[in-house]
Amino acid sequence: MQLTDHEKAMLDGQEGPAVQKAMDLLMRYGEALGAERLVETHNVCATITATTPLQRDIALKGGGMDAVFSEFSLDSQEVVKIPKFKTFTSHLQLGFDPNQPERFGLSDDIVQFYGKSEKHVAGLGAQIMNTCTPYQVGNIPTRGEHCAWMESSAVVYCNSVLGARTNTEGRESCGAAMLTGRIPDWGYHQDAPRLATHVIELDVDVESVQDWGLLGYFMGDLVQDRVPVVYSRHGIKRVPNLPRLKHFGAAASSSGGVEMYHIMGITPEALSLEQALGGKAPVEVFRYGEAERRATYEKINATGTEADIQYVMLGCPHYTIEQIWEAAQLIEGRRVHENCELWIFTPRAIKSLADRNGYTEIIEKAGGIIMSDSCSAMSRAVPKGTKTVALDSAKQAHYLPAILGVQAWFGTTAQCIDAACTGRWNGGYA
Amino acid sequence: MKPSIEPQPVKARAAVLTLRGRKVVPGVAEGEALVTQDHISGWGGIDSRTGTIIETRHELRGQSFAGKVLVFPGAKGSSGWSAAFHLARLMNVAPAAFLFNEMTTKMALGAVVTHAPSMTDFDSDPLKCIETGDWVRVDADRGIVEITKKNARASS
Repeated sequence: MQLTDHEKAMLDGQEGPAVQKAMDLLMRYGEALGAERLVETHNVCATITATTPLQRDIALKGGGMDAVFSEFSLDSQEVVKIPKFKTFTSHLQLGFDPNQPERFGLSDDIVQFYGKSEKHVAGLGAQIMNTCTPYQVGNIPTRGEHCAWMESSAVVYCNSVLGARTNTEGRESCGAAMLTGRIPDWGYHQDAPRLATHVIELDVDVESVQDWGLLGYFMGDLVQDRVPVVYSRHGIKRVPNLPRLKHFGAAASSSGGVEMYHIMGITPEALSLEQALGGKAPVEVFRYGEAERRATYEKINATGTEADIQYVMLGCPHYTIEQIWEAAQLIEGRRVHENCELWIFTPRAIKSLADRNGYTEIIEKAGGIIMSDSCSAMSRAVPKGTKTVALDSAKQAHYLPAILGVQAWFGTTAQCIDAACTGRWNGGYA
Repeated sequence: MKPSIEPQPVKARAAVLTLRGRKVVPGVAEGEALVTQDHISGWGGIDSRTGTIIETRHELRGQSFAGKVLVFPGAKGSSGWSAAFHLARLMNVAPAAFLFNEMTTKMALGAVVTHAPSMTDFDSDPLKCIETGDWVRVDADRGIVEITKKNARASS
């Protein structure tokens, strides 16, 4: 790889041993990729905090939090003193909500250790957003901005909706980027890999949040990790908003590995089909009509057989304030059934807005709860005795049966709120 | 545990195939091949503490990759891929080497932090040349993979 003088100096240790270790990792990673150079980044989203007993044990061996960062965020066996971050860094979701130790089965010991770790990384400069949707709470990259993000649903939103540039990074490459402001110039940082190769032609209207999840799941399954452009001959009637595109990308990155897509006339690099495809003919064109929509619905609902519901989870990816508002309106004056629990996940900053708006009170009065920092797939936490869950997220419906062996029903938010209040799945294809 | 390598009799040498490819992670390692046509998920796809594939419907579900030469199309799934294999290394249950076809950031970073010699961009498809149970020597530094077919191993 070709390095600038500044990068060579960092690699030579002129900015200290931690920056040197970070550059060493970026060299190994860049050479593995076959990258020719690094690109400057001023925007990292990653998981950094220490949350597991193994990490606690490593910290206790004497190196403290520096030992955890050295091993897990820099791939360095040698413990190096971690300086303050050079790059603006947002913390992603965790394996639990530290404010809900009982629901997540956390010992006091782990909650305390986590608290120490959170304080440590905040002191280094991490923003404790603790969400899979940093773009909801103050980290909205500009078109063309080079980023180093983890979290597949955030990566696909960053590339596709915002037109910023990131690959799917991991904990270690993000750790190196925080200390150096560099990431390999490869993949979606460059122009050509961002062009669409596949076309999804719509033959049905796609309007609701559920519609977008269905389309995303269909698309990911077909294109896997290639770049598609969604196109409608008649134009897309209702321009999809944040909750719709959040659901769409998360679904596409679950059934497949979509990290970048275009929607003609809507996303920033697809003012026309020609622009999205870079003037080339598509490799393949897929039609999405009523039959495909229905088959996708059946596929996501493949595990659901029992109508009794013990758990309704909303907030995958983390709910927007608009979605909490909608849930509050749907449940106001109703009660969550005694055999069922309703958990809603959102970033802490949005939870405080929901508190202020009175939505938290409405939801809690009905017997539900709003939590932050995590979700059931990340934490493996569900209410005791859960056999069947109802979800309004195609992503969560994809992962929960695999991770926990539960059955999942996927439907609209209204169907999920109804399931929470009746303890039964009365949804169906609509 | 890796069985010791005995000197190859002349007859069995004919059964040694050679692949050439590009170094991803340097080093030399050898072991028994574990081959799958399925992509592998890291987070949610493997148990990092036991070195086992756990993904529902994966053709290797329940099988251990610890100390094996893992031969597969590439990585898929969550951005926790590298962290899952990184943890497997700390638990001493990581693969001995990775041979794969599709380069992605998940795959590259995962291979790097696993510290397992790794290669890609082969002159012929390792998914077709290598079967589970073959003995495979990966010399990433020289860009060479040597495969002793399991039949030849059994008869030697």
